[in-house]
Amino acid sequence: MARVKLKRQHPVIDMTAMSDVTVLLLTFFMLTSTFIQKEPVQVNTPASVSEIKIPETNVLQILVDPNGKIFLGLDKQDDRIQVLKTVGDKYGINFTKEEINKFKLLNSFGVPIKQMKAFLALEIKEQDKVLKDYGIPCDSTNNEFKVWVSAAREQNQDLRIAIKADQKTAYPKIKGVMNSLQDLNENRYNLITSLKEVASEI
Amino acid sequence: MAEIQEKSQGKKGGSKQKKMSTRIDFTPMVDMNMLLITFFMLCTSLSKPQTMEISMPTNDKVSEAEQNKVKASKAVTVILGKDNAVYYYLGQPNYSDANTLKKSSFKPDGLRAMLIGKNAKVTAEMNKLKKDKLNLKISDEQFKEKAAKIKSDRSAPVVIIKASDESNYTNLIDALDEMQICNISKYAIVDITPEDVELVKSFEKL
Repeated sequence: MARVKLKRQHPVIDMTAMSDVTVLLLTFFMLTSTFIQKEPVQVNTPASVSEIKIPETNVLQILVDPNGKIFLGLDKQDDRIQVLKTVGDKYGINFTKEEINKFKLLNSFGVPIKQMKAFLALEIKEQDKVLKDYGIPCDSTNNEFKVWVSAAREQNQDLRIAIKADQKTAYPKIKGVMNSLQDLNENRYNLITSLKEVASEI
Repeated sequence: MAEIQEKSQGKKGGSKQKKMSTRIDFTPMVDMNMLLITFFMLCTSLSKPQTMEISMPTNDKVSEAEQNKVKASKAVTVILGKDNAVYYYLGQPNYSDANTLKKSSFKPDGLRAMLIGKNAKVTAEMNKLKKDKLNLKISDEQFKEKAAKIKSDRSAPVVIIKASDESNYTNLIDALDEMQICNISKYAIVDITPEDVELVKSFEKL
């Protein structure tokens, strides 16, 4: 009896082309990407028709959360170090090398200078957790915000100031920030918004 | 495909040396790449946020005589109130009569229609200019130059934005946005006066 040999079907798919495509895509994403910056609070910016892009470097970002808490973000690590030293000197606080190194790695900061030492002593995970409860004081009696901004301006003359506030932030809080900037003679700044399409008549 | 052919050859053929297959299975490679793509897609922000440039007046005290007074006929005062409400009045307000105040909205038929109506000349010229630019008749520099010239028109209204304490940031941005849409070059953000607050209150009572 002749054995009928059933030929087993073994489909082989050539994956080379697929691999080519994925590598191409990967390259694209790697080259175009800028990583999302970690921010202490989630902020939904209001929409606007303005189409000016924010510069990539030399930006001092002022983050204002819905409750009016203020956080600052500097993009250059060297600037951060100098700014911390200047502000520390002003309040008579000396930071150790370790503390400065830890501060250098913070994308945004917003802790009253008195609590800064205790804050920097925490682990990074802990820092993220507590940071959103702090915020830089910005009122008439204790305006640390002004000190920070003027220190940053002193350090970097090309700095552009950008305010990023939440849609629901009450106007008096924004006014406080704007008035403080005005006191420092910082009269030109940017307001960060998201894009909104408006049907034009053309 | 190549693999199947090779196998059949190998069984029949008389060549003693077994040919080693040089094919590499790319499936794990693809898997890994997909994973990396997913990672990059989730961690990146492709679009940069937009910004709005704003210049505020300096804090230097200006004496009454030096101040540039806005002609009452050109002034439009916009008051941002509670719950996204917008009020406006033209020229000098009559604080005893709440009817000078008009309620408006951020919808296209509200504040925008009024401002474009007031700013008709500049808007018409700007639209023409934008059309020219769209059709590539003029360069970027020319556009900017001409736009600045058009916007410095003396008959254009001056808008004073007064944000009350109850308004929020979105209202302010919306109001500034309207200025841009309506091609208004002269506008200022001013602190609200107690009289204005009273006016809005009495208007709401009507």
